[in-house]
Amino acid sequence: MNPFSQSSRSRSLRRTQGVARAVFFCVTLLLVIPIVAIIGMLLLRGAPALSAEFLFSEPLRGMTAGGIFPALVGTLWLVGVSLAVAAPIGVLAAVYLNEYAREGWFTRIIHLAIVNLAGVPSIVHALFGVGAFVLFLGMGTSILAASLTLAVMTLPVIIASTKEALSAVPTAFREACWSLGATRWQTVRRVVLPNAISGILTGVILQVARAAGETAPILFTGAAFFLPFLPQSVHDQCMALSMHLFVITTQVPNVSQAMTYGTALVLLGVVLMVNATSIAFRYYLRRRKRW
Amino acid sequence: MSSRRVARAGLRLRTERLLEVAIEVVIRLCGVSAILFVVAIFLFIFREGKDFVLDSLKPGEFFLSPEWYPDSVEHKRYGTLALVAGTASVTILAMLIAVPFGLGAAIYVAEFSSGRTREVLKVVIELLAAIPSVVWGFIGMLILNPLIIQLFDAPVGLNVLNGALILALMSVPVIVSIGEDALKAVPDSYREAAEALGATRWQVVYRVLLPAARSGLLAAVLLGVGRAIGETMAVLMSTGHAVKIPTSPLDSVRTLTATIAAELGEAPRGSEHYRALFTIGMLLFVITFVVNLTADLVIKGVRRR
Repeated sequence: MNPFSQSSRSRSLRRTQGVARAVFFCVTLLLVIPIVAIIGMLLLRGAPALSAEFLFSEPLRGMTAGGIFPALVGTLWLVGVSLAVAAPIGVLAAVYLNEYAREGWFTRIIHLAIVNLAGVPSIVHALFGVGAFVLFLGMGTSILAASLTLAVMTLPVIIASTKEALSAVPTAFREACWSLGATRWQTVRRVVLPNAISGILTGVILQVARAAGETAPILFTGAAFFLPFLPQSVHDQCMALSMHLFVITTQVPNVSQAMTYGTALVLLGVVLMVNATSIAFRYYLRRRKRW
Repeated sequence: MSSRRVARAGLRLRTERLLEVAIEVVIRLCGVSAILFVVAIFLFIFREGKDFVLDSLKPGEFFLSPEWYPDSVEHKRYGTLALVAGTASVTILAMLIAVPFGLGAAIYVAEFSSGRTREVLKVVIELLAAIPSVVWGFIGMLILNPLIIQLFDAPVGLNVLNGALILALMSVPVIVSIGEDALKAVPDSYREAAEALGATRWQVVYRVLLPAARSGLLAAVLLGVGRAIGETMAVLMSTGHAVKIPTSPLDSVRTLTATIAAELGEAPRGSEHYRALFTIGMLLFVITFVVNLTADLVIKGVRRR
């Protein structure tokens, strides 16, 4: 008997292996198909509505016609203000965790807090926004209150990605700097942050995408159903793209299919494009990694 | 002359040191900000809801009654059982769908694919995670709703099944990415040892990796559960608005999160109803806190071993 011939046992093993591989492939494919189908459907039904006029004019006739310009502007305000608050706090928090704190029970608690902050339901963040910013601090329903709520909610995104970027900077860089007599902050400012800046940026971009898409946290803190004017300051209310989509699909009757699909497509397009930018940026960084 | 220069240098050094101390205080403050915010979230929700908890809460009714009639004039009831059942039914059905798919995809991405395929899959799954929840709700209302009515001959398509399908798609990315991390954390020497004994890739996965990565995969599932329980806009839009305990996947329900989102705008500030909604918020906070804490402890347990 040829000792190298395949036994029936090894053949059946090979077959199980093939079956397993095929099953896992199908399972993964079943996840990819819906996202492609959904985006395709939104494109197909929403694209006819897209025009410069749709993007840059006001909603008309009880939001059943016209465009989405005030919602776009409102989303820009919310994202801008929340970014201005969350980015410095998040980056410095990561600097503390990576450069200052010694690993121990205290950093462990901070880590747990970050995990939980990321896990708190968005509607609970909304309740917090109402209780803390709208009522306690007396901001009223305003862009400021809504943005601060968004900032607290998206803080973990920035902390996590900044921390990763900081820990990718080799320790030798820091040691070289310390040995020249630089203080901790000087080292952070002159050596660590400049070397990590692009990694930090990817996290900041992710925060933007997240903040632009959220609806629940701004529902009761600053986003309005409909406003006939654009916000003038952070103390005004504003419309928002995500809120507008919610309103015209659930609260307003007789909105044309093109309008709702068009709005959904714009929101999805904005969020996915910002996200894709962040991903592309990350791949670019990985490719030209110098150390 | 020289003594003045020394004095000036000393002054500069002192202001610099002062600046350094000031910056360090700011950095430390930001460092603990996450703790401060988590505590603040609970305190401020408690502050708005405490009057209900202290004065009007009847634990028996709140936890065990399925009757939620906050607007009724003479028959006011604040029972959350039906809402908890709504959240539970949608979450459980979502997990029944998401766990096999999520873990299967995690295994495929981590162990069976390579090179460009793997990168493409990871990007697609990351984009899946990025779709805003209101867009998911929109998909549930306008695409899944008619589909479910057609396929199952149901009177309404906004029900447990619809919400669960949406939630499954939303929590799969979490399960895939954490699950993949867990599989990657298994040392390569395990794989090599098994392969040296002649095991096929499937045998390696089934006999070696799954047992070794067990707790990491459990954590992935828990984080998916946490995401599903806390999801608001998507379930608000896709599950219909029926406050009742569901008996089939085709029943409409209302979840805890959706109740807050739907009713807070109409409840007058300071009313019993308003405070009851903040009490539901506390309940949600506690539930997700426990789920996330457990997931984290499970992950940490893995690392220590």
